[in-house]
Amino acid sequence: MKFFKNHPKYAQFIALLAVFFALYLTVTPSETNILWRFPALFAGVPGGINGFAEHLMYDWFPVEIFDPELEEYETSALVREVTRGFSRGVLFCIEFVREILLGGVKTIVAFTSWDFVGDNKWAVWPALPWTVVSGGAILLGYALRGKALALLAGLATAYIAIFGQWEPAMETLSFVLIAAPVSCLLGLFLGAVAYKSKTTETILMPLLNVAQTMPHFSYLIPVMVFFGVGDHAGAIATIIFATPPMIRLTLLGLKRVSPEVVEAGAMNGCTNAQMMLKVLIPTARRDILIGTNQVIMQCLAMAVIASFIGAKGLGFNLLLALNQLRIGQALELGICIVLIAVVLDKLSLAWANKQTNYFADDSFVQRHKYGIFFLILLTTCVILSFLGKLIFAGGINYFYLIPHNQGITTEPFWQSGVDWMVENWYRGLQTFNNWLIIDVLMPMKAAYLGMPVSATFVLVMGVGFIIGGLRSALIVGGFLLFIAFTEWWDRALITAYMTSFAVLVSALIGIVVGSLCAQNSFASKGILIVCDTLQTFPSFIYLIPVIMLFGVTDTSVLIAVIVYATIPAVRYTVEGLNSVPATLQDAGSMSGVNKLQRWVKIEMPLAFPHIMLGVNQTVVFALFMVIIGAMIGTDDLGQYILKALSDKNGIGNGLMLGLCVAFIGLAVDHLIHTWADQKKAALGMA
Amino acid sequence: MSLQISAENRVKPVIKCSSVYKVFGENAKKLLAQSNGLVDAKTFKDAGCVVGVNNASFEVYEGEILVVMGLSGSGKSTLLRCISRLTDTTSGNIFIDGQDLLAMTSKQLIEVRRNKMGMVFQNFGLLPHKTVLENIAFPLQIKGKSTDDSMKRALEMVELVGLDGRENYFPRQLSGGQQQRVGIARSLAVEPDIWFLDEPFSALDPLIRKEMQDEFLRLQGVLNKTILFVTHDFNEALRLADRIAIMKDGVIEQLDTPANIVLRPATEYVRKFTEEVPREKVLKIVSVMEPVVDASLLGPLQVSKDAIIYTVAEAVLTEPKHVAVVNALGEVVGSIHASKIINMLFGQADATDDIT
Repeated sequence: MKFFKNHPKYAQFIALLAVFFALYLTVTPSETNILWRFPALFAGVPGGINGFAEHLMYDWFPVEIFDPELEEYETSALVREVTRGFSRGVLFCIEFVREILLGGVKTIVAFTSWDFVGDNKWAVWPALPWTVVSGGAILLGYALRGKALALLAGLATAYIAIFGQWEPAMETLSFVLIAAPVSCLLGLFLGAVAYKSKTTETILMPLLNVAQTMPHFSYLIPVMVFFGVGDHAGAIATIIFATPPMIRLTLLGLKRVSPEVVEAGAMNGCTNAQMMLKVLIPTARRDILIGTNQVIMQCLAMAVIASFIGAKGLGFNLLLALNQLRIGQALELGICIVLIAVVLDKLSLAWANKQTNYFADDSFVQRHKYGIFFLILLTTCVILSFLGKLIFAGGINYFYLIPHNQGITTEPFWQSGVDWMVENWYRGLQTFNNWLIIDVLMPMKAAYLGMPVSATFVLVMGVGFIIGGLRSALIVGGFLLFIAFTEWWDRALITAYMTSFAVLVSALIGIVVGSLCAQNSFASKGILIVCDTLQTFPSFIYLIPVIMLFGVTDTSVLIAVIVYATIPAVRYTVEGLNSVPATLQDAGSMSGVNKLQRWVKIEMPLAFPHIMLGVNQTVVFALFMVIIGAMIGTDDLGQYILKALSDKNGIGNGLMLGLCVAFIGLAVDHLIHTWADQKKAALGMA
Repeated sequence: MSLQISAENRVKPVIKCSSVYKVFGENAKKLLAQSNGLVDAKTFKDAGCVVGVNNASFEVYEGEILVVMGLSGSGKSTLLRCISRLTDTTSGNIFIDGQDLLAMTSKQLIEVRRNKMGMVFQNFGLLPHKTVLENIAFPLQIKGKSTDDSMKRALEMVELVGLDGRENYFPRQLSGGQQQRVGIARSLAVEPDIWFLDEPFSALDPLIRKEMQDEFLRLQGVLNKTILFVTHDFNEALRLADRIAIMKDGVIEQLDTPANIVLRPATEYVRKFTEEVPREKVLKIVSVMEPVVDASLLGPLQVSKDAIIYTVAEAVLTEPKHVAVVNALGEVVGSIHASKIINMLFGQADATDDIT
């Protein structure tokens, strides 16, 4: 009894659990029992959203528009014309970059007409030979950083060309080269505005919270409705998805700039613009560069997802390969995407860190050496590709453009590997698979689905109350209520079950691995590099090897989720343990602790709030991945979002489902953050 | 009085503050208007306001080093920020070269800062992404000077502060003392008339601090700027200042020459600071000398009136006769006897009180 008096929260928690189980066991499942399931009050909302979108796109504010093809005026809705114009602009930019890389006529058409191109056979923009692009990348890498980056750029481009993925890779690149800079600039701009104006920040923050927890798929549907289908839609969806982290990191970086640097800028007589562009943004560079890195990663992660709404390129091919279970090809494509991501990331980083030499008294040639080199490269490679035409007469000109899937491929090797594994490990894998599904996952799923809505509310709001008082209870309750009023409460429970299973396993693995690695500085550094590398991979890459092993099952999805979601858990554990102050470590050593005691008594209590923030990240990562898992078949919210994507009136459903996922994430995020902040404050580390 | 001569010669005030108040808090202006200039920190605190600067009025003359000294929270940095207009002054007037600083538009303010003011910060305030050279050239480039010119000027500054060979280093690659040299060079790059230094040496190790103080005096010897220097270190203030303003709770307790502060502390608070100060290392001969005596009483030794007592004490103590005190032109302006020095070194403070 004395224990509970000293720790009232434990007593509260036990009481809470008692009420929860009492409700769980007593409430009877029936359609009409309000304690069992809430009525779907929001069932009409998706229809309303659909109607609104339709009204906006077809009826609202009609304007007279001149149609050049029919040569007459017609009535159209304003929003529709605006989005159409915007789509055309984006599409033109993408096509322009794409045709520089791959050749074509669309850019010429944009300035003339299809008839002109039809009449003039010469009016075709030739593709750059792949050797020029590759050489250019090497040159750029060398100019910005040095030999290592040049080598990386060279190997990456050569790999893409030689493995016959040049065309899809350049298609993907053309869209990333538009989406990434736009996202970065937009994010930078909005971040700067939010830094300057408190009001903007207050409005932007909750929007960012929702935007960053909404699954990728939900962005596709409104984009499709407003902008149609195609590369431009993919790019727009990517921009919308990739900008929020950039805004957040820009704001964070700007806020972290030391006040003295700002004062120094002011005393040097900076105008507002100079202050922002020359002092604040460059000083906040570290965080902003993390932002650009995130943007590039998101762009490539979206490459696959955007292919659902018509973006061409590697993503589309990868999706196809995954659907056909062609593991080898999927792997090669996945590597292409990772390579593009890594090279772009390193190049942008090197560009931002470039130093100028002000006292170099260079000649004209020296000053323009890279430009001259590039011209030489261009001419040599063009001549080479003409020679190639003669050498490989009739066949493929390997010096010009290696057509899709005509390069080397390692697919048979991987296929035979898969076959071998299926042959030899089938029994073992299948047994594990069956055991996991029948003995663990199915009962867990049933337990979640058998939970009365009243019990869920009591549990979640009770935890909210214990952690953060009435305010927290109401916040998480509000998030939950939204989901409970939709018709997808059961789907949300399934998402919750998959996520919580994955998070439990991930957190466990993450904390154990992280704690072991944190014992030694060499291992800590090593594991952080591994985490960095793994985080570079777009999320769906993790699906490839697991499908290879477990086929299309829940196990595959969960293992991919676990692998992906373990990364932040490991990282935060290592960081948390390493940030325990050295004086405390020394104090421990002088008290004669052994390794286990040090971990249990000193490191863990101090690092735990930080580790919990890692677990929070794990939850967000896991949620995303569970939803992406819909691509290989699940029956949770993600699957319904995917269904909404192919539905003509999907926008309402898609948005509501997206919000459901976001609110699960936000509820967990609120609870963990409140708890960690309190704990950090109590430990004096805030 | 001889002590005031130096101040009287500098008739032209470069910085002039009159009744400057800075109160932090929401309805600071209203409270201040009600208080009729008589601000009591306690009543303001109850109203949710913090008094930063309380009725500061003083002038800084051309070529003078005015050191504002106070403990943390005394409002010394706030006062400096009011005069550089980094924070808005709640009430009062500040004139820079006769121009009303607080009435300036932001455009005029930028002009003044670009051409007249330079500032050095406690934690250096260097731009981490720029090299030493780029940091120093920054104010010039902001002004719109060509890259060539700014870099040339920056290189001169690099040499002036003795960082030759490190111009392409980044701030993170430099020691604290070197970083502050960059900060000093940057603040001087535009050749400002007014030089603000906000605890410039407080973040440095004691030995480096001493070295930087010497460097500062050397630079001032060459450049002769009008300087407002903020510090919490009383010894630093004594070493560097022409005049010292001692602040407590936003109020300037005393503003006077180092010698007068040591000899005649105005308040109990100031006296506490002066207790531990070795006078012979602070005071000049001029503050303890006696009237001219008959030439027959003088020995062959002559000392300058501006010599610090400590540096000439041994010579004076070994001279049995009176020692002649001379000015810069070699004219005898007073005399001093060994007994006076002994009195000052080992006697009570009142021994020096008689000498005026």
